[in-house]
Amino acid sequence: MIDNDLTAASIADLQSLLRGREIAPREVISALRERIEGVDGAIGAYLSFDFEGAIKAAEHANVDLPLGGIPIAIKDIINVTGQPCTCASKILNGYRAPYDATVIQKLRAAGAIPFGKTNLDEFAMGSSTENSALKSTHNPWDLSRVPGGSSGGSAAAVASDEAFGALGSDTGGSIRQPAALCGVVGLKPTYGRVSRFGLVAFASSLDQIGPVTKTVRDAALILNVIAGHDPQDSTSLTEPVPDYVARFGNDLHGVRLGVPKEYTIKGIDPHVRTAINAAVKQLNSLGADIVEVSLPNTQYAVAVYYIIATAEASANLARFDGVRYGYRAENPKDVLDLYGRTREEGFGPEVKRRIILGTYVLSAGYYDAYYLRAQKVRELIRRDFASAFQKVDALISPTSPVAAFKLGERVADPLQMYLADIFTIAANLTGICGISIPCGFTELDGHQLPIGLQLLGRPLDEGRILQIAHAYEQSTDWHKARPPIASIAPGT
Amino acid sequence: MAGNSDLDVAYVARLARINLTEEEAKTFQKQLNDVLKYVEKLRQLDVTGIDVAAHPLPVFNVFREDAPRDWFTAEQALSNAPRQANGLFVVPKVVE
Repeated sequence: MIDNDLTAASIADLQSLLRGREIAPREVISALRERIEGVDGAIGAYLSFDFEGAIKAAEHANVDLPLGGIPIAIKDIINVTGQPCTCASKILNGYRAPYDATVIQKLRAAGAIPFGKTNLDEFAMGSSTENSALKSTHNPWDLSRVPGGSSGGSAAAVASDEAFGALGSDTGGSIRQPAALCGVVGLKPTYGRVSRFGLVAFASSLDQIGPVTKTVRDAALILNVIAGHDPQDSTSLTEPVPDYVARFGNDLHGVRLGVPKEYTIKGIDPHVRTAINAAVKQLNSLGADIVEVSLPNTQYAVAVYYIIATAEASANLARFDGVRYGYRAENPKDVLDLYGRTREEGFGPEVKRRIILGTYVLSAGYYDAYYLRAQKVRELIRRDFASAFQKVDALISPTSPVAAFKLGERVADPLQMYLADIFTIAANLTGICGISIPCGFTELDGHQLPIGLQLLGRPLDEGRILQIAHAYEQSTDWHKARPPIASIAPGT
Repeated sequence: MAGNSDLDVAYVARLARINLTEEEAKTFQKQLNDVLKYVEKLRQLDVTGIDVAAHPLPVFNVFREDAPRDWFTAEQALSNAPRQANGLFVVPKVVE
C-alpha cells in the first residue's frame, strides 16, 4: 500500500488495518507526516504539530482500544498539555497549555493520538477561517476559496487527507458549515453531551465540541469516545452514552423527516436547492416519510445569535488582559494602559467588533432592549423546534445557502458573513444536535465544489441523525469523491 | 454619537478596555450600525410573558463536594505569565 492510499483511509478502515497488524501505528504517523509535508503548504490547515510526541504515543499504542493508534487533529482552541493553544490569536502568543481538555483525556484513554492543532477564525469567530491572525487556510477543492469556518483547518485537513479525523467546535455552525464547504462530515452534538472543559470559551451557552470526519461511521466512533458527563463541566449532561453505531442500517422505514417551509428562502444557490431536493427524494426512497413543518421564528435566529454570542464573548474574553498568560503590550505606563494596549494589539478586528457589540448589548439601558429580548426570542425558537419534533424525527435543510465563496469576498462586510450561518445557528440556540454530510456538487469556475445536507435532531438524539445520515451516505457516492489535491503524490 | 443607533463605539471600547485607532472606531461604527439595524427585526415580535431561556436544556442545581483536590501548582499557574517574580504575577503599580 502506498502512503497516499493510507492517508485516504477512513478511521474505520485504518482500525481494521491496525488491528489486523497489517500496519503499525508508527507507520501511520509517518505516512501522515509525509502527507502533511506534501500538501499543507498549499492548504494551510495546521498551525502546529507534535510529530515526536505522536511517534512516542504510537510506539505504546494499544490498537485494540476503541480508537487505538488513530491520530486525531485538534482545533487550536482546545487545550492539549504542552502544546500551544493559540485560538489563532496573537493574544495567546507563546502560551503552552498546562493541562488536557476533557475531550483530549478521553481520546487518549481510548488510544487515540492527538497530534496537531488546526487553524480557525480567531477565537472561533467567523465563517471562513479568514479571521485567523496566524495564517490562511484554503479550500482543498479550489485553493482560491475559503474552507468555511470557524473549524476551517479541521475540515480542510480531513478533506485533503491530512487527518483521518479531527475535533472542531461549533457555536453557530462552526463544525457543520466548514464540513459542508469542504465535502466532509461534521457533527455538532447536543449542548452538554460533550464536556467543554478545556475548550477556550467563546459563547458558553452555545459552544459544543464535535467530530469532523470522512464518513458518518467515523463521526459516530469519535462521539462514542468523547461524549459523556464530566464533573468539570457543570453544563454537561448525565444521561448515559449509547453506542452511536448500533442503530446503523440501510432502511429508513418509519422515520419521519421534516422539511421546514421557511428554509426555502431567497439567497439559496439554485444548485444547492437542487441537491437538497434530490437528497430529500433519496431519503424518501430509502423509506423515510417526508413532512412539511413550520419554524416561524427561525427568521430571527441570526439576530438573536449575534446578541447572545457577542454578549457571552465580551464576558469570556475579559480574561485576556495581559496579566496571567499570553501577549502583553510593552512598557505599559499603568494598569489601564496595559489592558487597553494589550487588547488593542492582541485581538483582531472581528474579535474587537464582537466584544464591543457584546459590551453594548449588556450595558445599562440597553440590556432589556437587546439581551433580554434576544433571550426571549431564543425561547420562541426553541418552542418552534420542540413542536416540529413532535411531528418528525429529524429536520432537513441545506447546511449553507451557498458553496465555498472566494477568499476575501466577504471580509469587508461582517453582516454578509454572519448570514452564512443562517441554517446552522438555530441548533446552537436551541441546544439540539445537527450533522452535515456531503450531498452533491456545484461547478464554479471549472472547480467542483461540495454541497452539504444538514440533519437536525432532538436533544440527545444523535443516534437518530447518525442513523439517517449513514443510510443516506451509503446509498450515494458523494463521500467517496476526493478533491484534486488528494491526487498530489506525497513529498511533491 | 452614531447615526441610527445609540452605540458610541469609542465609548464602549473604553468600557471593554480595548484601545482603538480613530480609523478603526470609524469602520466599526459603520459595521456595527449595520448589525444593530439588522437585529432591529427582533422588535417586531411580541415577547410579553415569555420566560427567558438561560440554557437550552434544563440542567438544575448542579453541586459538587466543596473539597480540596490537586490542581495546578503555583509554578504551573505561573508558567505562562508574561512577567512574574517571587511566585506572583507582576503588573504595573495599581495603588499609589
